Amino acid sequence: MNLTELMTDRREIVLKQWLDSITASYSAHAASFFKQQKNRFANPVGHTIEETANAVLDALIHREISTATRDALDRFMQIRAVQDFTPSRAVDFLSALKPILQDAYKDVLRNAELCDEFLLTASLIDSMLVISFESYAKYREKLYELKVNEFKHMAFRLLERANLTFEFQGDDPPGDKGISDNETVK
Amino acid sequence: MAEELKKDALVQIDYKPPKKGWMDTPVEFRHGTYIYPARAKNLKYLDLPNPREWSPTDEDWKLPENWKEIVINGMKERLDKYRSFKVYMDICVRCGACADKCQFFIGGGDPKNMPVLRAELIRSVYRGNFTAAGKILGRVNGARKLTTDVIKEWFYYFYQCTECRRCSVFCPYGIDTAEITMMGRELLTLLGVNVNWVIEPVANCYRTGNHLGIQPHALMDMFEMMLDDIKDRTGIKIEPTFNRKGAEILFITPSADYFAEPGMYTCMGYLMLFHELGLDYTWSTYASEGGNFGLFTSHEMIKRLNAKMYAEAKRLGVKWILGGECGHMWRVVHQYMGTLNGPADFLEEPVSPITGTKFENAKSTKMVHIAEFTADLIKNNKLRLDPGRNDKLRVTFHDSCNPARAMGIFEEPRYIIKNVCNNFFEMPENTTREQTFCCGGGAGLGTDEMMEMRMRGGMPRANAVQYVHDKHDVNRLTCMCAIDRATLTTLMEYWVPDVKVTGIHELVANALVMKGEKERIVDIRGEPLKEEKGGDNV
Repeated sequence: MNLTELMTDRREIVLKQWLDSITASYSAHAASFFKQQKNRFANPVGHTIEETANAVLDALIHREISTATRDALDRFMQIRAVQDFTPSRAVDFLSALKPILQDAYKDVLRNAELCDEFLLTASLIDSMLVISFESYAKYREKLYELKVNEFKHMAFRLLERANLTFEFQGDDPPGDKGISDNETVK
Repeated sequence: MAEELKKDALVQIDYKPPKKGWMDTPVEFRHGTYIYPARAKNLKYLDLPNPREWSPTDEDWKLPENWKEIVINGMKERLDKYRSFKVYMDICVRCGACADKCQFFIGGGDPKNMPVLRAELIRSVYRGNFTAAGKILGRVNGARKLTTDVIKEWFYYFYQCTECRRCSVFCPYGIDTAEITMMGRELLTLLGVNVNWVIEPVANCYRTGNHLGIQPHALMDMFEMMLDDIKDRTGIKIEPTFNRKGAEILFITPSADYFAEPGMYTCMGYLMLFHELGLDYTWSTYASEGGNFGLFTSHEMIKRLNAKMYAEAKRLGVKWILGGECGHMWRVVHQYMGTLNGPADFLEEPVSPITGTKFENAKSTKMVHIAEFTADLIKNNKLRLDPGRNDKLRVTFHDSCNPARAMGIFEEPRYIIKNVCNNFFEMPENTTREQTFCCGGGAGLGTDEMMEMRMRGGMPRANAVQYVHDKHDVNRLTCMCAIDRATLTTLMEYWVPDVKVTGIHELVANALVMKGEKERIVDIRGEPLKEEKGGDNV
């Protein structure tokens, strides 16, 4: 049996342990709610945790980080970015998967061939951790951008009302050169 | 010799939350999860106590010397005055039905955002000071002493409640947790522990009539801009009246409608609709705010700010009042105005001058919701509508908390939307109507320093929008609340960036076929009515 088959075979055990570990990063009340409420609209966080965990296990089984994997990680990071976590806590759910896998496959890891395959699995997890961190940073930046946008939006209206703004005649907003794309540099 | 590496060396840090009881877990103030305190000048203007400069991150909040006495006396006074408060303190059986219904708990998992526990923050002090069992048994009875940490906790969590009342829908005893939050905020107000995002609009409203402190001449400027835009887009010049005595109807809407996008487009919708009907109505530069942030401060403040509605109606001699698309304004109008500042016996029972329909539901307050008014017009075929003009929009509807749960107004907005656009899609049923999720920014939370908390609390709403966006390609989220129009816009930018936010009367404005209008090639935002095909403008 190769590692892919083994992982498929023991997927449910790994999934359960990993979901317990991820939800344990929240309060006990929240952990129990996130695990038990199965309606995706009543419990969007729990639903996302489960989807993300499944997408990661799919990636490990198929040995490929697909667009679906990236999307799932991105979605989870979008949530973790607004949940009181420090950056390391936001992504550490992936490193927590390694000891769970080691425990689940300790009986077969003495096989040299499987051990090599397991190393690949570990490096896939590391890659996903890096991808997750990029998403997390993107959403933290987004939060600050939104703060600035709200403030700018408010100030712009005030300036406009006080006739302190000048409107470009072109259809496009100013580009990198600080001029509208419709204008020519003289 | 190097130590042997253990298999889980990388994950030795214990990230699990501490297993302490809630009473032993003090609040930690992190940027993004609390609101800046009220400025001293605003408190002074309103004659509110203890104006001073302070920060929630300070150890010393500069509370009045006898702060404990003030809180306990304040509780006693309110327990005697408000029967509901007393009942809510005594009646909860901790069944847990509300526990997972608050969007801040659903989105973040902080147990003190479970409505039952949010209420316990104040109930525990009630037990410790007002019940025999609590005084004798203390913690065993769920009682605790009043300390400065308790005040800090109240400030943190009563300003993480949007008073949306979703939890109260599920309570078998009908406990209205929003009212507990309101009491908590009233008690904090006695100590001068307020947030600026609420108190500044209150002070402005008390002084100039609206949240933003817009004076009459500036207000007229804003209207000029909107009227120019309407002329540009429809070819029709509209000349509304202001402060006109003898008008039949006084129209009041939240000031955000004539100041901020996208509310301005909704306001342009009102102007166009009333012009087309030839309605005998007037705007007021005095009663220029439908919103009432007194609701987020104290009952006394609700009354003070609300008084101008009837005062202005009386001064102008109108027959009745029509109100625009706002959320919490309707909680005040529908549930408090009649007893706070009524009876409005100088007004008449509202009757639509266009259809003759008697709005019997507004018999007491004499104030009609614009959605009722417009739905009645459509039902009686009084409007020429071309819903095809909204065809590039694929629309869903967010039931704003207050019109939904405080008024029960569910059908009228949907009826209007279905008549003015062809592509309407409902969000899942456990996220709409009575069970609607909050935008995460109501009750004075909608400020930029609270961004992280707002995105967390608004997440369940955004999640349902994401679903209809993925399934039906929805690109427009409609709502009838000024706070929603501001906060949902940012919420969508974070969670579902392809979806823009709109008021209902913006959609009406697009579809409304007006007498003498020019061919409409742009919508009310000035954007092409039809979707531009790729390559046309390359």
